[in-house]
Amino acid sequence: MGNRETAACLEVTLGGLAVRFPDAAWIAVTGAPCRIDRNGRSEAVNCAIRVAPGEVVVLDRPTAGLRSYLAVRGGFAVAAELGSRSTDLLSGLGPAALCPGDLVPIGEDIAGPLPPIDVAPVAAPSAAALTVRVLLGPRQDWFSPDALHTLTRSPYVVTSQSNRIGVRLDGPPLTRSRGGELPSEGMVAGALQVPPNGKPVLFLADHPVTGGYPVIAVVRTDDLPVVAQAVPGQALSFRVTSLAS
Amino acid sequence: MKVLPCGDEAFLIEAGDLETVLGLNAALTGCPPPGITDLVPAASTLLVRFDPRETDRAGLARRLAETAPLPVGARSGEEVTVPVVYDGEDLAAVAEHTGLGIGGVITAHTSAEYTVAFGGFAPGWGYLTGLDPRLHVPRLETSRTRVPAGTVAIAGEFSGIYPRPSPGGWRLLGHTAVTLWDSTRPVPALLRPGVRVRFTAVADAG
Repeated sequence: MGNRETAACLEVTLGGLAVRFPDAAWIAVTGAPCRIDRNGRSEAVNCAIRVAPGEVVVLDRPTAGLRSYLAVRGGFAVAAELGSRSTDLLSGLGPAALCPGDLVPIGEDIAGPLPPIDVAPVAAPSAAALTVRVLLGPRQDWFSPDALHTLTRSPYVVTSQSNRIGVRLDGPPLTRSRGGELPSEGMVAGALQVPPNGKPVLFLADHPVTGGYPVIAVVRTDDLPVVAQAVPGQALSFRVTSLAS
Repeated sequence: MKVLPCGDEAFLIEAGDLETVLGLNAALTGCPPPGITDLVPAASTLLVRFDPRETDRAGLARRLAETAPLPVGARSGEEVTVPVVYDGEDLAAVAEHTGLGIGGVITAHTSAEYTVAFGGFAPGWGYLTGLDPRLHVPRLETSRTRVPAGTVAIAGEFSGIYPRPSPGGWRLLGHTAVTLWDSTRPVPALLRPGVRVRFTAVADAG
């Protein structure tokens, strides 16, 4: 879109977005691939699409992956809060989630001309079981050796009780090696936090700043975008890796 | 003091006690090693997030392990009084668990002087230290899915006030009408580290 990197875009979960453009606009859709309909014409993901005044664009349910992204040239000029235009589900900061009838202003967050490429080479999310690399810690010592084994031996399935805050996983419970409470401590995106029932929650972008359940491992930063496209019912297989010192 | 790995872009410093955490936080805020992007102090730990493109991970770990906590001066922050209607869902259970009775719980909660130690969990949330040791009760085994905004609660050694509706595992003592977070204020959070807090029992939150 030739936007500044900080320009805001829309995140669409499992499709179903219909948007009317009163004025002409350039748009692009990426992330989870989906059918795009522009006033009866079929459009493709990962390329610049010219929308004429009054046209309606509809994003269908993705064929793979969970979250599609709609960018408009110029970005969206919704009010920023604490320097961000993002909707944060957990904290309630930022704009509210979009509702039918909402008018969303287009901004001027442009960095340069439209890039001279026809299609951006973006890999589509996989619908197969995903291998996710993790780094053990910080609280792996709260878990039995059996639990560490279980974490990597069995796949964990994404449940529908998941959102931007975190992914609730179903699978064999991870047993603790000690009792007692953990004082709340800072959390990171990618953390596999294990509540008393033993079924891990994988924190995503809107995770809480602190938490009181032990984190057995953290997903590597590079693998987070893959996790963020996992759909309910999809399996994650965790693989323990270590950092080169 | 231990420096624990926390993924590939953070370290969790296990400092052992709150005083050390705040001292380390002050030292690292005052003289930040290059590449640090965020510091999250908590009860006995300090999370240090960094940009791996800007810093050498092993070197940063060593530097963190060698950081001496700064002595934290006497807290001379402003004082906030929070009027509370003590009608919380867990008040009776806490009264029984502690053996203090409802009146005793209210007296113990309102007699203490609290200090905001650190934030987290939600914008406007402050962990308040200074809770009477007789009121140290564990979190719920299963969190409530929704705790209303303004709820005054306790868990472990802390007291706190839910700034907005959210899931919560703390024990609920009552509610207040005080505004804990307002993005339009120059300083949005009412309870910031160092602020001193007192609770008073009222019949009506107003």
